[in-house]
Amino acid sequence: MPLSKLLESWPALRQLREGDLLGLGKAAQSPRSQRLRPRIDDADHVVPSICPYCAVGCGQLVYVKDGDVQHIEGDPASPISRGRLCPKGQASKSYAQSPLREYRVKYRRPYGAEWEELALDDAMEMIADRIIRTRADTWETRTDDGKPANRTMAIGNLGGATLDNEENYLIKKLMTALGIVQVENQARI
Amino acid sequence: MPGLGTSFGRGGATTFQQDLQDSDCIVIMGSNMAENHPVGFQWVMEARERGAKVIHVDPRFTRTSAMATKHVGIRAGSDIAFLGGVANYILEHDLWFREYVEHYTNGPVIIDDEFADTEELDGLFSGWDPEKREYDVESWMYEGMELHGAAGQREQGFRPTKGEASHGGHGGGLRHGEPPAEDRSMEHPRCVLQLLKHHYARYTPEFVAETCGCSVSDFVEVCETLAANSGRERTSAFCYAVGWTQHTVGVQTIRSAAVVQQLLGNIGRPGGGILALRGHASIQGSTDIPTLYNILPGYIPMPHTESYGDLERYIESNTSPTGWWGHFRAYFVSLMKAYFGENANAENEFLFGALPRIDDDNSVYWTLERMLEGRVKGYIVAGENPAVGHANGKANRLGLSRLEWLVVRDVVEIESASFWYDGPEIDSGELKTEEIATEVFFLPASTHTEKDGSFTNTQRLLQWHWQAVEPKEDARSELWFYFHLGRLIKQKLEDSDAERDRLIKALRWDYPTHSAIQEPSAEAVLQEVNGWEIGSGKFLSGYPELRDDGSTLCGCWIYCGCFKDGVNQTARRKPHWEQETRVAPEWAWAWPANRRLIYNRASADPDGNPWSERKRYVWWDASHGEWTGLDVPDFQADKEPGYVPPDDAKAEDAIAGGHPFIMQADGRAWLYVPQGLEDGPLPTHYEPHESPFDNPLYSQRANPRRQQTDDLAEDPYNPVADDPGADVYPYIVTTYRLTEHHTAGGMTRSVPYLAELQPEMFCEVHPDLAREVGLEHGGWATIYTSRAAIEARVLVTARMRPARRKDGRPVHQVGLPYHWGSHGLVTGDSANDLAHLALDPNVHIQEVKAFTCGVRPGRRPRGGELPRFVAELREQARSRRVQEPRVEPEQARRT
Amino acid sequence: MTVAPDGWLTYDVARQERVGFFTDTSICIGCKACEVACKEWNAIPEDGRDWTGYSYDNTVQLDANSWRHVAFVEQEKPVRADGDGGTSLRWLMESDVCKHCTHAACLDVCPTGALFRTEFGTVVVQQDVCNGCGYCVSACPFGVLDKRHLAPAPDLPAFAKEDGRVWKCTLCYDRLKGGHEPACAKACPTESIQFGPLDELRERADARLAKLEAEGADGAQLYGRDPEDGVGGFGAFFLLLDDPEVYGLPPDPVVTTRDLPEMWTNMLAAAGALVVGVAAAFVGGRS
Repeated sequence: MPLSKLLESWPALRQLREGDLLGLGKAAQSPRSQRLRPRIDDADHVVPSICPYCAVGCGQLVYVKDGDVQHIEGDPASPISRGRLCPKGQASKSYAQSPLREYRVKYRRPYGAEWEELALDDAMEMIADRIIRTRADTWETRTDDGKPANRTMAIGNLGGATLDNEENYLIKKLMTALGIVQVENQARI
Repeated sequence: MPGLGTSFGRGGATTFQQDLQDSDCIVIMGSNMAENHPVGFQWVMEARERGAKVIHVDPRFTRTSAMATKHVGIRAGSDIAFLGGVANYILEHDLWFREYVEHYTNGPVIIDDEFADTEELDGLFSGWDPEKREYDVESWMYEGMELHGAAGQREQGFRPTKGEASHGGHGGGLRHGEPPAEDRSMEHPRCVLQLLKHHYARYTPEFVAETCGCSVSDFVEVCETLAANSGRERTSAFCYAVGWTQHTVGVQTIRSAAVVQQLLGNIGRPGGGILALRGHASIQGSTDIPTLYNILPGYIPMPHTESYGDLERYIESNTSPTGWWGHFRAYFVSLMKAYFGENANAENEFLFGALPRIDDDNSVYWTLERMLEGRVKGYIVAGENPAVGHANGKANRLGLSRLEWLVVRDVVEIESASFWYDGPEIDSGELKTEEIATEVFFLPASTHTEKDGSFTNTQRLLQWHWQAVEPKEDARSELWFYFHLGRLIKQKLEDSDAERDRLIKALRWDYPTHSAIQEPSAEAVLQEVNGWEIGSGKFLSGYPELRDDGSTLCGCWIYCGCFKDGVNQTARRKPHWEQETRVAPEWAWAWPANRRLIYNRASADPDGNPWSERKRYVWWDASHGEWTGLDVPDFQADKEPGYVPPDDAKAEDAIAGGHPFIMQADGRAWLYVPQGLEDGPLPTHYEPHESPFDNPLYSQRANPRRQQTDDLAEDPYNPVADDPGADVYPYIVTTYRLTEHHTAGGMTRSVPYLAELQPEMFCEVHPDLAREVGLEHGGWATIYTSRAAIEARVLVTARMRPARRKDGRPVHQVGLPYHWGSHGLVTGDSANDLAHLALDPNVHIQEVKAFTCGVRPGRRPRGGELPRFVAELREQARSRRVQEPRVEPEQARRT
Repeated sequence: MTVAPDGWLTYDVARQERVGFFTDTSICIGCKACEVACKEWNAIPEDGRDWTGYSYDNTVQLDANSWRHVAFVEQEKPVRADGDGGTSLRWLMESDVCKHCTHAACLDVCPTGALFRTEFGTVVVQQDVCNGCGYCVSACPFGVLDKRHLAPAPDLPAFAKEDGRVWKCTLCYDRLKGGHEPACAKACPTESIQFGPLDELRERADARLAKLEAEGADGAQLYGRDPEDGVGGFGAFFLLLDDPEVYGLPPDPVVTTRDLPEMWTNMLAAAGALVVGVAAAFVGGRS
């Protein structure tokens, strides 16, 4: 380190030169503090979003850095929320990055004592097969008293209030085409 | 929400959250808004700061009460008594808005002389059938009218008036725009207003004070405040949530607020309305584009087993000759085109004959019973946690253990996926892992940051969210899962000749995909929801453009316009400060037709002028011959205020220029609901299914039409009122949420920063109850019902007030948040394990806001001791019962 | 009149307007969004999953891992003096935070220069300097400063490795430098936490108090607004609905280093002579 730099970093001298005799202000500011800037200013991009919790529908801004969510905060532009968020909405980055979050399919065979690994594609095939089989085994063309039914009463689908409209649309459309009528969500509870 | 649907025409909040800032009085009831909708609550605080009265009526003193200018504590489950009392007070003291009631409600309409009120029939309305335990609603009709849709069908048992078939509240099929018999003076003894007066005459302030456990003066203060802040110059709003819906009289509770708000003239006006505060990001959306058994998108009823296979009959029975439901055929045919494309055409009745049929009730708890019987084999659970979030958790977990296969999709491993190794029944020995046959697939889901899509919020607003990052590893959106599942199934059934595979083969299922994982385009799905003209491919700009000949395609008619001009309207995010009015119409898109405050024609008087300058919102501009104002008029833009429909007018043309409720067959708001509800045309106070009280009004104790799980071993009920054995379960219990957690906890018990804020299951009890039972603050309590026993830490607080019996004896209330389960960063017993499965008959919602329990100090027994403990208490209660069980009118009398 | 906070004038032209918080508890709904927003932004570790039974408060206090803390006070008071008419309940909620004192004892006692007054007039601990000596911990009249001690927990995120140093509210120093308001103030659903130039906040607070008093609020008071108080006024002050003690706040906080200046004067005379001498030697040597 050149001597002048060394001298400059010497607190007592900085205190003197910056008129900060007690070393409470500028003289005490560390290089890190001098360089400090908000990390969201380095985000690669900012993506507008909506809070996933309750139905108030607060606007969110999702800051993305290196393909990961860097930070989430309220979107001031929203006429409903005006940039504000409750503790849940404010924690939605921690929700998306929860230590308990699962990223792998888990499979429990009948009577099994433990989870097993299963490839996603295999799981999809198996689920499709089970729907087809159960449906074929339990199909009701007519009710007991001879009225048209066109359905299976042995399969149900639950959930929707936390999902997107587009997702709900596909669920109801697919299930209706499969004759699965027991489609329900949290609006019922 | 049939409570709002039958009253006003649409099953959604009548207003928007920001509009609360213009209220002069806000009544929050059945809601803990500050805790559960904190950011929406800013608008209540804005109003309060401008001098508005904020009244919170609730069994508990919550964070909402702390912010209110007035809190009135009532007994859990007594809301209709309170609101009926308000209606009575308003009528009795002539505080109602006469002009509004006369022109905009069915107050002047005369009702059939066969109709008999609960006041005459000791708690039953006319038409009760004790064998079927349901009403024949014919006598509830307007005088001089036939029950629409009944002709030729009633003898076949088809009941077009079922609550579930009228989810959107379009049940009222008037054959003319005007009811046949009216008395504008509203003095006819059988006009709705007089029936209302008669029905509520006994709901005096003294009755309310006794029944609800509040003081006469507090009650009167609420009535006076509401009345003083309603009328031409002022408006009052109601906010409610599941504190109203989760009762065996849930729909009727909302109805009673609808009655009060109509009498006061507060619907369709700024600062007024009824704001339904919904708990999930898109719970309104999942009702509009339903994942519900009884409706298709846009509240189109699912075909019923008893409506046979004829399209014409289905259309006829669901079309209202007057009002916007007059175009039912166009809505339905356009949906079938969206579902099946060219495979659905006029020749094959748009595949109507191949659609699946429902029975009366195929709702979630009905499914649970079939699951317990082993008749449901497969279950897909996507973003819901029945093991914790549904009433009677144990029955739900046992149900899951009897499935052949189960798919659970969530971001974390929730209890509904882990029940087979760490559910409470494993510990108690009631289930053994090695004996559970259920094959379980757990598939990790994407979060909102990992997918495109729209949520519909509590004010009917569709808001788009953009994908920010790619989901990792196996995590996928539901869009991906269901799209690829459908694709696989279609592939596998490609060569099937089976009749049952006709529909799935005919299904239009060709959405473009993108990215490495082949994520379907959410925007393409939204485009289909909006719809287009098939010939030209031009996007539709609104549901009036839908046609019934198969030339338009639309996935959800009420959402038609959300992709108007080929632009994703839900993705609009023009900052509020760049918009001209606080209505901010260029932020996202609201159904219907981007209207933010619906029925807003009622913000003007019958002549089309604002009721007052202070409350102007939408009015008739005579010089331009159109409706105009701060919002999109919820009315045909050029229909003059004085318009009188010609005799042959149909659909919307049959609605007169002075009737703002354009979805209703008669254009009026309904004080009295002649059809569309299962349990009565007027809300009546009944006790909760489990209550320590008898009904002070009638020997009919609880809602006669409530659904009960008779003889279901997993769902025994506590003895009630003064019946022998009721003293084993002497307290009222009510369940709720806390700000720091969300519903069954799947989205919050997994988040460290939230888990630490409310880390443990606790109960809230009054100091007197703590003394009575021997509970120690900070210690443990065991709370039990006939179903289960759970443990909770004890929070002794004066915020939890006792209800009072007539003689002044207290009946304590126990408060239980329901966020915990056996899995997560923080775990604990589930309050819902205590609850029973008696349901509201219109919407099949469980009564978790008021039931009965017992409380003991200390932790609950462990292992096999736990079910024994519950069974012993149940036996103890049962052994005290007399031989002759209570017989209520619902079981004995035909009316 | 406004007193300049210690050390702030040293920034000269780099000095920014003094900013702070006005926390208006009369509109706090106790949602704890501030606590979570603070933790999310500042990547603060969890503070323990203990249920306390102190009303809805499981955070308990400000410490190294909680820089905002919402206090909950349940009160039951008779409606009428004669005891008739039952009781009325009041549930007070207050989001507490570092006061960023005008005369901050923590700043005075820090021997390493880790604590310093920023150009915004706020008080910040610099973890790249702090050696964990803990002098500031005992100096703070509010018990805000605290050394971070982490209990080993398997699911703590990776950032939660720091240990032994002192952490507290920075008034989001990094955000301020980028022109963003602090995370807690931005999140607050009801604007109970207001951020802005201190002078403006004081005016707003005076008007707010006057309004509440006109509406008959009994016991409402500003806490830490007065530049004449024992710490020269807070950079983050409060409107309370009851006495400070009710919220667990010291009623009349005094800078614990009040007598230090006198001591310093004497010490500085000696130290100053030494510094000048040594510097002269260096400069002389170089030339």
